Amino acid sequence: MTDAAKPALRKAPDWGRRLVILVPALWLAVFFVVPCLIVLKISLSQTVIAQPPYVPVLDLAAGWPGLRDFAGGLSLDSYKMLGSDWIYLTSYLRSLAIAAMSTVILLAVGYPIAYGIARSPRRLQPVLIMAVFLPFLTAFLIRIYAWINILQREGLLNDTLLALGIVREPVVWLATDTAIIIGIVYSYLPFMVLPLYASLEKLDESLLEAAADLGAPRWKAFWLVTVPLSASGIVAGALLCFIPIAGEFVIPDLLGGSSALMIGQTLWTEFFQNKDWPVASAVAIALLLVLLAPILIYQHVQMRALEDR
Amino acid sequence: MRKGPSIFNVTLVALGLAFLYLPIAILVIYSFNASRLVTIWGGWSTRWYVALWHDSAMLDAAWTSLRIAALSATAACVIGTLAAVVLVRAGRFRGRTMFSGMVYAPLVMPEVITGLSLLLLFVALDVGRGFWTVTIAHTTVTMSFVTVVVQSRLLSFDCSLEEAAMDLGCPPLKTFLTITLPLIFPAVAAGWMLAFTLSFDDLVIASFSTGPGATTLPMRIYSEVRLGVKPEINAICTIMIAVVALGVIAAALVGKRREWVGRT
Repeated sequence: MTDAAKPALRKAPDWGRRLVILVPALWLAVFFVVPCLIVLKISLSQTVIAQPPYVPVLDLAAGWPGLRDFAGGLSLDSYKMLGSDWIYLTSYLRSLAIAAMSTVILLAVGYPIAYGIARSPRRLQPVLIMAVFLPFLTAFLIRIYAWINILQREGLLNDTLLALGIVREPVVWLATDTAIIIGIVYSYLPFMVLPLYASLEKLDESLLEAAADLGAPRWKAFWLVTVPLSASGIVAGALLCFIPIAGEFVIPDLLGGSSALMIGQTLWTEFFQNKDWPVASAVAIALLLVLLAPILIYQHVQMRALEDR
Repeated sequence: MRKGPSIFNVTLVALGLAFLYLPIAILVIYSFNASRLVTIWGGWSTRWYVALWHDSAMLDAAWTSLRIAALSATAACVIGTLAAVVLVRAGRFRGRTMFSGMVYAPLVMPEVITGLSLLLLFVALDVGRGFWTVTIAHTTVTMSFVTVVVQSRLLSFDCSLEEAAMDLGCPPLKTFLTITLPLIFPAVAAGWMLAFTLSFDDLVIASFSTGPGATTLPMRIYSEVRLGVKPEINAICTIMIAVVALGVIAAALVGKRREWVGRT
C-alpha cells in the first residue's frame, strides 16, 4: 500500500491521531504487558504465608534503599523447583506432545473440510463457513460437556459400538488421552478450517488445469500445487491451534484422567490448591518461553498476510 | 478440473458438519429426557427446565454473566475498533511493530497465563476483585478478536470515499462517524457478538480474576459438571444454544434486510 492510499488518519490533527493510537496502546500496556512483567517478578519471589503470599514486595515509597532490598530479595528458587521435580518437566513434555498430536490430527481433519468448502459453489461458501463457525459461538464448556455424555461408560459411543458388535465390552474412553484429543480436535476445528479455507479459496484453479493438461494425475497436482500454495494457511492454522492447546486447562481437566497433568492444570493446581504464587508464576513464564518462538512466528505470518492484501 | 460440487467434496463437508453438530444435537435431545439417569431414555419431558427455573444460584450466575458479557463486549468493540483503524489507516508510526505485537498476542496466549497475570495485577493494585475485574479482564482478551474482524473489513474497501469527504473539507472525526463507521458496521456488530460469546463462555480467566460474590455461569456449570453429568445442565446448555442460534438468525435476517433495502 502506498502512503497516498491511506490518508484518513494521517490528515487528522496530530493530537487526534495520537489519541486514537494511545487509547488501545495504553489499555494493552496496562492490562496485558504490565501483568506479564508482574508474573515475571513474582516468579522470582518466595512464598510466605501472608497477604500477598510472596516476598519481596516492591515498595516504591521506600525509594532507592527499598529498591535495593527488593532486588536483593529476588531468588531463582521457584525455577530450581521446576528443574528438580520431574512432575513439572513431564507435564511440559506431555502438553507439547498432546498439542503436537492434536495439531496434526486437526490438519488431517480440517484440510478436507476446508478443501471441500473452497470447491463448493460460490454462493454456498459463506453459508458453509458460517456453519463451521457456529458451534464455536455455543459455549466451549457446553461442547466439552456434550462429549462427556457421549464418551462415558454407558454413553452413546459405547452403546453404538456394542450394538454394531464392533466391541464386546464397553471401552473406557473418558479419562484417557484419546478423550482429551477428541475434545481438543472438536473444539479447535473452526480455528483450523478458517485459515485453511482463506488460503485455499484464493487458489487459482487454472494452475490445477495446467497441471492436468501436462499430464499430472490429480493426487500429484494436489500434492505439488494445492498443498504448497496453501502453506500460509497451514502454518497459520497450525500455530493458532498449537499455542493455546499447549496451555489448555478445561479440556484435560474434564475429559482427561487425574494421573498425568497437562501444564495448564499444573499451573491451576499450584495457584488454586497449593496457593504457591511464585511457583505458579514460574510455570507460566517457563511455558511462555517455550511458546515464544511459535508466538513470534504466528505474529510474523499474521502481519505478512495483512500486507499481502 | 471439474466445476461444481463433486460427490467427494459434498461427502467431505457433510462429514465435517456432522462431526461438529452431532454432539450438540444429542445434548439438546437429552435435555428433554424424563429419566434422571442421563443415559437411559425415559420419554419426553420438560421437568429439568422447571427444575432450572427454581435454581436461583444458577439464575444469578446467568444474570452476572450476561451483564459482564454485554459490558465487556461493548468496551472491547470501542477499543478493538480503534486498534483496527490504527493498524490499517495510521500508516507508519514509531512503535508500530510493538503495537501490532500487543494486539495479536492475546489471541494465542494460553488462557491460564492471561488469567494469572491479570489476577496478579489486580492484587498488586489492591483493588477489590469481582464484577468489574472480570469485565476488564474480558475486555482485554476479546478486543483483539474485534480488531481482527474489523481490520479485515477495513482492508476490503479502499479509502477513496473517506478521501473524497476530507477533500471536501469534512473533519476527520466526522468522516469516521459518517463514512467509515457505517461501512464497517457489520464487522463491528460481528465483533461485538464474538466478544459477547467469548466472554459469556469463559471459565479460566473469570476464575482467576473474580472475587467473592461474582460467580459467572461457566464457573457455576463447571463446579456442577465436575460432580458428573446432570440433566439440569443439559437443559441450561440447550437454552444457551437456543439464545445463540436466535441471535445468529436475527443477525442474518437484519443483514438480508439491509442488503434488500440497499438494492431497492
